[in-house]
Amino acid sequence: MSKVRVLVGTRKGAFVLTSDGKREKWDLAGPHFTGWEIYHVKGSSADPNRIYASQSSGWFGQIIQRSNDGGQTWQTPGGETIPAPGEMPKVSNKFAYDTSPMNGKPLTTHQWYDGTQHPWEFKRVWHLEPSLTDPDSVYAGVEDAAIFKTTDGAKSWNELPGLRGHGTGPKWQPGAGGMCLHTILLDRSNPGRIYIAISAAGAFRTDDGGASWKPINQGLRSQYIPDPTAEIGHCVHHVAMHASRPDVLFMQKHWDVMRSDNAGDSWREVSGNLPTDFGFVIDVHAHEPETIYVVPIKSDSEHIPLEGKLRVYRSRTGGNEWEPLTKGLPQKDCYVNVLRDAMAVDSLDKCGVYFGTTGGQVYASSDAGDNWTPIAEHLPAVLSVEVQTLT
Amino acid sequence: MIRVVLPAHLRTLAKLDGGEVTLEVTGPVTQRSVLDALEARYPMLRGTIRDHGTLQRRAFVRFFACQQDFSLEPADTPLPDAVASGAEPFLIIGAIAGGRP
Repeated sequence: MSKVRVLVGTRKGAFVLTSDGKREKWDLAGPHFTGWEIYHVKGSSADPNRIYASQSSGWFGQIIQRSNDGGQTWQTPGGETIPAPGEMPKVSNKFAYDTSPMNGKPLTTHQWYDGTQHPWEFKRVWHLEPSLTDPDSVYAGVEDAAIFKTTDGAKSWNELPGLRGHGTGPKWQPGAGGMCLHTILLDRSNPGRIYIAISAAGAFRTDDGGASWKPINQGLRSQYIPDPTAEIGHCVHHVAMHASRPDVLFMQKHWDVMRSDNAGDSWREVSGNLPTDFGFVIDVHAHEPETIYVVPIKSDSEHIPLEGKLRVYRSRTGGNEWEPLTKGLPQKDCYVNVLRDAMAVDSLDKCGVYFGTTGGQVYASSDAGDNWTPIAEHLPAVLSVEVQTLT
Repeated sequence: MIRVVLPAHLRTLAKLDGGEVTLEVTGPVTQRSVLDALEARYPMLRGTIRDHGTLQRRAFVRFFACQQDFSLEPADTPLPDAVASGAEPFLIIGAIAGGRP
């Protein structure tokens, strides 16, 4: 019998929801790491019981947690034992920017909110993307924007410095949430290819496993940078793809929903009939690569649903033609937001779709979005939702 | 023995039940030697009180002892005799301004 595990990161801890394949009755476990901000929790597809969590606090900084039993117990990798004399300590929460000459172009500053240059300062890990094949290997997207990798189960992390070495760093700037690398997409058919996205710099692609990176923002248009079609500076909120079609990307930009059919080399707008094309999340149906989901949010200055109605929009045509999905969702007096990493799908038939809100609800649909039900309520503000389909 | 009081979040992180940690510190009892001993015994606390690289105190962490604030004192300044003797604890505090609602 299949089982579904939903990993929820919130402003005050992590929660794990589980259900059988019917997805009718849910058990809630947690909070784990109570009181800490959990930006992301994600399981390894190579070993579903291996789960990584990003735990952070304004007081005490970054912690990385790892579970080997599906989220029942957790450890801080490398922090559990005292190193032997002469042994270098492994520290799972140390994210030191690469300043070696290997970088070639060691960037020391990026653009600050006021347009001045500002040094790179590590704040937190926004996103953890486990390798598709090795449970000990994970990529981490961090604020200030950079990508790190561990190959020892998160005991130690090293930056892939070619991204910041690209040379455009002085044009990267923070979005409202900070200058974060929030999206990491791995291509199962091409191990050297990784897509990432940064607010506010744009999307980048590597084809050599992270040694070198190319900005992939042609076709994006953003009114809040001096040249609206510049190569760098776009506030990309999230990017999604279907594993079977890794050259096709869907993007929720600050404003505009975009699509690329050539691995990001160019983009076209597919906002179509959406009532507003501002938003944060975007995801793809597990079995229908042309079926995508967004949650339109009123505007960049208001961050609430239009007309107090929480509506998921679904396109079955890869964009442009959208239908509102409202059954089971509040259609009056609703003023929550849905943040960029807070939507996920399961791979059951029918496809399950899940999202969390800043009001502490986690909604699920077990029929591809036709009907919704809250599977958790009254949680702290939800920062991320990931789903594991277990067989 | 040096007595150290940790904030609740760090006690949880270090899997501690009690309110105080007792440490053996060799040599002068200073902020640096106390924190070195603390991090050696509880490696998971590295980076949470002071920066990994610079060893500077994190901005929202404060150090108190004997009703005094030692947060801005140099790391190698000797702590009061009452801390060195174990009569008074060294307090590691999360600043009131820290965290999020």
